[in-house]
Amino acid sequence: MDALTQTVLNCRELGVTGVNRALRQLPDGSSVLIAEPRGAHNIGVGMMGKWDITVDGNAGYYLGGLCDGPNFTVNGSVGWGVGENLMSGLIRVIGNASESAGASAHGGLLVITGDASLRCGISLKGGDIAVAGGVGHMTAFLAQAGNILVGGDAGDSLGDSLYEAVIYVGGKVKSLGSDAKISEMTATDVAKVKELAAAAGFDHIDAENVTKVSSAKTLYNFDALKNQRY
Amino acid sequence: MDTQAGVPERLEPERQSATFPLEVIHRIQTMSQTGRYEIRGWGAKRRVPNFDDLTFVTASVSRYPLEGYRERCDTKTVLGSRFASKPLELDIPITIAGMSFGSLSAHAKDALGRAATIVGTSTTTGDGRMTKEERAASKHLVYQCLPSRYGFNPHDVQQADAIEVVVGQGAKPGGGGMLLGQKVSERVAGMRTLPVGVDQRSASRHPDWTGPDDLTIKIAELREATNWEKPIYVKFGATRVANDVKLAIAAGADVVVIDGMQGGTGATQEVFIEHAGIPTLPAVRLAAEAIREVGKTGEVQLIVSGGIRSGSDVAKALALGADAVSIGVASLIALGCNASHYFKDGEEHDATADYLALGTSPGHCNRCETGRCPVGVTTQDPILTERLDPEISKQWVVNYLKALTMELTTLARACGKSSVHNLEPEDLVALTIEAAAMAKVPLAGTSWIPGHSF
Repeated sequence: MDALTQTVLNCRELGVTGVNRALRQLPDGSSVLIAEPRGAHNIGVGMMGKWDITVDGNAGYYLGGLCDGPNFTVNGSVGWGVGENLMSGLIRVIGNASESAGASAHGGLLVITGDASLRCGISLKGGDIAVAGGVGHMTAFLAQAGNILVGGDAGDSLGDSLYEAVIYVGGKVKSLGSDAKISEMTATDVAKVKELAAAAGFDHIDAENVTKVSSAKTLYNFDALKNQRY
Repeated sequence: MDTQAGVPERLEPERQSATFPLEVIHRIQTMSQTGRYEIRGWGAKRRVPNFDDLTFVTASVSRYPLEGYRERCDTKTVLGSRFASKPLELDIPITIAGMSFGSLSAHAKDALGRAATIVGTSTTTGDGRMTKEERAASKHLVYQCLPSRYGFNPHDVQQADAIEVVVGQGAKPGGGGMLLGQKVSERVAGMRTLPVGVDQRSASRHPDWTGPDDLTIKIAELREATNWEKPIYVKFGATRVANDVKLAIAAGADVVVIDGMQGGTGATQEVFIEHAGIPTLPAVRLAAEAIREVGKTGEVQLIVSGGIRSGSDVAKALALGADAVSIGVASLIALGCNASHYFKDGEEHDATADYLALGTSPGHCNRCETGRCPVGVTTQDPILTERLDPEISKQWVVNYLKALTMELTTLARACGKSSVHNLEPEDLVALTIEAAAMAKVPLAGTSWIPGHSF
């Protein structure tokens, strides 16, 4: 990247609001370095432009939340709700993510090169998430659409109350949540896993040997007399 | 006197059980036959202490009134002046509560939006995104951020005039929304990213925050995403009102919205509707006191909802400390909900048979959850939807809102107030001991406020 054309926004000097306001002023295609994020919350939220944004350090809650367009690279770990409600764009966290990573994301791709904590991909609505390491419990809770690829192990209650989203786990699944089931990998699934791994830049995924978790669809309609479990 | 075989000599007077009246017997029979609890629309039907239990002590010798129809009585209402650079400036303190497209038909949403625009007030989205029609129809549109986040879109966040973070609602505080399969049509399902026909159970918790400290950051996120321009409301059902209001204020809310237990819904469990939350009457007073205790009166605005029907309800809510009210069910009734007839192609048609098909009758219907609304309000059925003419219904809502405002200013003028916002608790007395205790105004004819004076 050409250092001369990269805009540097210092989060310590400008504050989050100053950084976000400055970002919105930049033309599409801009390359931006956010220096000294120091774990600040709400960096780069609600951005609609096609910018390449590098966050040089750890970020707090909601990094890249409510965005439609920009690409983020975080050289550090992130707090809760990274990429929450993402519509499009790529968020790459070179580190770990705290709870609710990619919550309710409608589109785009969220990549975590480390581990993600609890409720990763909660309420997912069409976005894709790729986690190189493991994920915590209740991952993909109520996820409606989209795909989650987990390179490592998944915690308890994976895929609880799933709708149409699909989870692929390279490691072990500790337990399944209500209405989640392990289902057969098809050729389409293998292709999807390869595509996700390639997009995420993961080379440790054996696409033929992942566990697919999807909805058993037993809770799609109420029926008190069927002894529904939840 | 001879008696026929099998017929008792003398009929005992029939005595209905207070514990097991007919409706309770009917409910047990239904549960034993179907294995289900009742799911329905509307709010609590049981009687709870409410604004009817209060009356105004209007002007006389000791205070003087303003001339009705002559002297000005201001109804202008500003919401969101604490942090937002563009607060909502409304002409009246009566807003339209959040109701989703999905729960309501597109025609109903359109009519409510246009009516609100004409009278200068706001309307509110619901679960399942902002529709183009709704945005176009509404001058002031409040966009809800709900736990489900169905169709939640940052572009709509930026198009909205205010954002309402919904923690809960009065009909089901602590519960998520519900939209039964028959209303999850192709359009609704597409907007919510759900399979068509699924019994949709919305989340009861937000996916990306829990607790007041997180809420602070969530509110900050929404402010950043809207460049600190738009008011942020926080709405919840009335339960632990004082604590919740203080926490919402600490989290940075511009406006707090409290929905009492009479608040309506499109569909939820009847046991929830009738047995959770506290009435709107004590909720207003508790919320207003909480705002005062943290020194934010006039800075953080209070909207109350849940069973508001009349100008006197509005006036009493304002007197007890609200800055505005929200109406849901009442606005639907103005649209035509529970009317025996509907208008189509310039003619009046009887809908009684369609009510009967739902096992109900005009004036008693709460079958919003079926999606078979006989008058086109709470339906996604293309034929039933056509029974609500948005042009006619819009005018009914305009008429209703104007009449409510006239009732409100009538009482305010009689209390000698040049603005409806000058109404105060001292203008009220209670007609029952319960209402006196809950509203913290004296029982009429006494100086007694139970729990506060002797």
